[in-house]
Amino acid sequence: METFLQQLVNGLTLGSIYALVALGYTMVYGILELINFAHGEVVMVGALVALSVIGALSHLGLPGPVVVLLGLTVAAPTCMALGFVIERVAYRPLRRAPKLAPLITAIGLSISLQQIAALIWGRNYISFPAVLSIESYNIGGVIITSLQLTIMGLAALIMAGLLMLVQKTSLGRAMRATAQNPAVAQLMGVNTDQIISLTFVIGSALAAVAGVMVAAYYSVGNYTMGFMLGLKAFTAAVLGGIGNLKGAMLGGLLLGVVEALAAGYMGDLTGGVFGSNYKDVFAFMVLIAVLIFHPNGLLGSRAREKV
Amino acid sequence: MKRLLWGVAALILLALPLFTDAALGHGWVRILDFALLYVLLALGLNIVVGYAGLLDLGYVAFFAVGAYCYALLSSPQFNLHWPLWVLLPLGAMVAACFGVLLGTPTLRLRGDYLAIVTLGFGEIIRIFLNNLGAPVNITNGPQGISGIDSLSVGSYNLGQTHRWGLFEFVPVVNAYYLFLIGVLLAIVFSHRLERSRIGRAWAAIREDEIAAASMGINTRNLKLLAFAMGASMGGLSGGLFAGFQGFVSPESFTLMESVMILCMVVLGGMGNIAGVVLGAVLLSVLPEALRAAGPLQQEWLGRVVLDPSNLRLLMFGCALVLMMLLRPEGLLPARARKRELHGE
Amino acid sequence: MNSVIKPLLRAFDIHKSFGGLKALGGVSLNLEQASITGLIGPNGAGKTTFFNVLTGIYKPDVGHMEFRGKALPAGLPHVVATRGIARTFQNIRLFANMTVLENVMVGRHVRTSAGVLGAVFKTAATMREENAITARAHELLKYVGIEARTHHVAGTLSYGDQRRLEIARALATDPFLLALDEPAAGMNASERTQLGELILRIREDGRAVLLIEHDVKWIMKLCDCVTVLDYGLCIAQGPPHKVQNDPRVIEAYLGVVAT
Repeated sequence: METFLQQLVNGLTLGSIYALVALGYTMVYGILELINFAHGEVVMVGALVALSVIGALSHLGLPGPVVVLLGLTVAAPTCMALGFVIERVAYRPLRRAPKLAPLITAIGLSISLQQIAALIWGRNYISFPAVLSIESYNIGGVIITSLQLTIMGLAALIMAGLLMLVQKTSLGRAMRATAQNPAVAQLMGVNTDQIISLTFVIGSALAAVAGVMVAAYYSVGNYTMGFMLGLKAFTAAVLGGIGNLKGAMLGGLLLGVVEALAAGYMGDLTGGVFGSNYKDVFAFMVLIAVLIFHPNGLLGSRAREKV
Repeated sequence: MKRLLWGVAALILLALPLFTDAALGHGWVRILDFALLYVLLALGLNIVVGYAGLLDLGYVAFFAVGAYCYALLSSPQFNLHWPLWVLLPLGAMVAACFGVLLGTPTLRLRGDYLAIVTLGFGEIIRIFLNNLGAPVNITNGPQGISGIDSLSVGSYNLGQTHRWGLFEFVPVVNAYYLFLIGVLLAIVFSHRLERSRIGRAWAAIREDEIAAASMGINTRNLKLLAFAMGASMGGLSGGLFAGFQGFVSPESFTLMESVMILCMVVLGGMGNIAGVVLGAVLLSVLPEALRAAGPLQQEWLGRVVLDPSNLRLLMFGCALVLMMLLRPEGLLPARARKRELHGE
Repeated sequence: MNSVIKPLLRAFDIHKSFGGLKALGGVSLNLEQASITGLIGPNGAGKTTFFNVLTGIYKPDVGHMEFRGKALPAGLPHVVATRGIARTFQNIRLFANMTVLENVMVGRHVRTSAGVLGAVFKTAATMREENAITARAHELLKYVGIEARTHHVAGTLSYGDQRRLEIARALATDPFLLALDEPAAGMNASERTQLGELILRIREDGRAVLLIEHDVKWIMKLCDCVTVLDYGLCIAQGPPHKVQNDPRVIEAYLGVVAT
């Protein structure tokens, strides 16, 4: 039972991060029906930028959380600008092209961003400076750290904020309208180009936060960290229902938990044949299974239906 | 006149490896060999992406299946040493089966979802190959399988040097001729398929799947057929690769390879055999040519300003973006594709 | 065309809903061989939905169809074509980037059988089949009157020619029943007359035609039998003069039906 609860805690933490990244994928897909392959790299950039800043400030004796916050303060605008530029330069000109074109562009962007990051930060793993003093709490045999609590709490706050933005504000209404039917939204006076840019920007901001979280949680950052994370987050988005914000959140949390449980139990369940090194396969299999058997996801997709 | 041109081209193709070997050495002939393997792979993927219009981001899985099939049946791993004429077709068939296996549940998915699923499949294959070394050693895990028998046509061992009159045929040169035959067969195969009833049906599916189905085309079976045909060419290429290299490991079958092959097809000109061949040759030879840029910079400038191995992938990524923005139909487009992308 | 199965098509109580919207609430109809049947009704009456159910694009929630005496499988468009029902689409679905000839040749797919081996080895049988396909395609282009455009790209044809091409492509499948979804939409009077003549010729060849149209006058002149749908239900069926004077029909069209 303890293992179960422990993995549950780990899973929810990881899942919170997946959820934040998944939101970026789901918002873009809902509006453009495009899988933004480059999104994972935006997370990576956020992580590495933050790591650089935190590294630079780590010797000044400032309190840990402040340093991390400063790192985030630099990372977020960087990612937001990056997301904005990506949309403008690479996706907007291809809005009317057949789907293969933006897909290839997205892949090209992903590769380019990875290599540029490698040029700037090198190919070695960068450690997260020891500025945070992390406390562990033992609750009934289950260990939960202050970092995990922070991640989960912060993610929950951000997600609640995003939901409020989308559901309660006029801006949110404009976003929903554009996702449903861009042509009609335009006729109603919505500047759909701006809304699309905004969608990318918001998603990128979330990506920056997720990037900092990942770097802090795993204590390292590297130019390759975006790929797998992005793929898993996309899986989460599809799992919950692509285009559906709550779906992305649920999908993220669920995938994190399932992955943690699988890593914990797979060895025992399969008599040692499949160990936790198959963890990544797991995410892919979930993705394939969802797409084949229930492509609308758990909470139903909100992508535009073309009959 | 045309006859003359074809004759000259044939002579060049036949003399090329010997000439290259003499002028530039074995290394460059090896590059040619790999270029031919990539051409074969690109032609296979062209059937899937170019003819049938199916987005496959995990094509390398079929290459891997073919390679490991060859490796497992003609190496010390299980101490089997099957002959070439069994191994190559077998590899192609096993790959085709995998293609059908993958395609059956997934081919009804819409474009970008299919891309992701095939990507996942490619990664799953790689991870399994990487981990099936324990508890039962099937693939020998990350260390891969070495000591694979070299390619032999009957008793003529292509892995050995042979002397014919004035010429010395080293293994890399022998492989070139074998691969060239494979490529030529693949070109004829693709060309005839494209102009046939099947090729028309694929084009119809690509244009408008609902209309195609309403005209009596069994879209599911035809898509599966495209997948199987493409997969079998990938498997064939894999077998040749394993025999040539003598060694296979999961590292050779990454997502990056799938992306690379897709780009050869797309950048060269999807659906156009000449375009695909051009794309494959360019994308496999240019990066190697760039490697020479390092030492050249050393000579001219005294130091290496930009390390080409870092730049290779970056240039590749940028090339992808630029091509899609400027010339999405590729260098030598099929006329139908050009119309599609420029909305005539 | 020599089968004596009567009637050619029988639809039994077809229901189809989309979410909360009931598009077809129990439509039954019969259709005879070598006849021209019109399917009319106000917008939203369910005519195209019926077509889509007939041709396998949708599966009905309730009900089934019989074609030439055998049950017609639901939801499988390619099987429907194999059985001998071909259609055109309201929003013209040609293979726009293929040539006119290639479009019609695709229509022959369902009646031919050359596979991969035949194609790759260019067997005699396959070559003969290819020639036959090409010849028949040329014939059909002449039949509908667009042979002058044989090698043009389908997407560059004029609207009227595109509609005729779609009919040629459907005819290439050698259907017993040709289902035309608003074939005369956007045509001027003389084009419509020519289309009417083409449809009459198709009937003379022994095929049945089922058409959806909004030009009620034209339908009444052309058809042997008319079915009227309204709100997903069949409100009248029979020869044109009877349907024209049916009070329910007049009401549905708010007096648009002219005599």
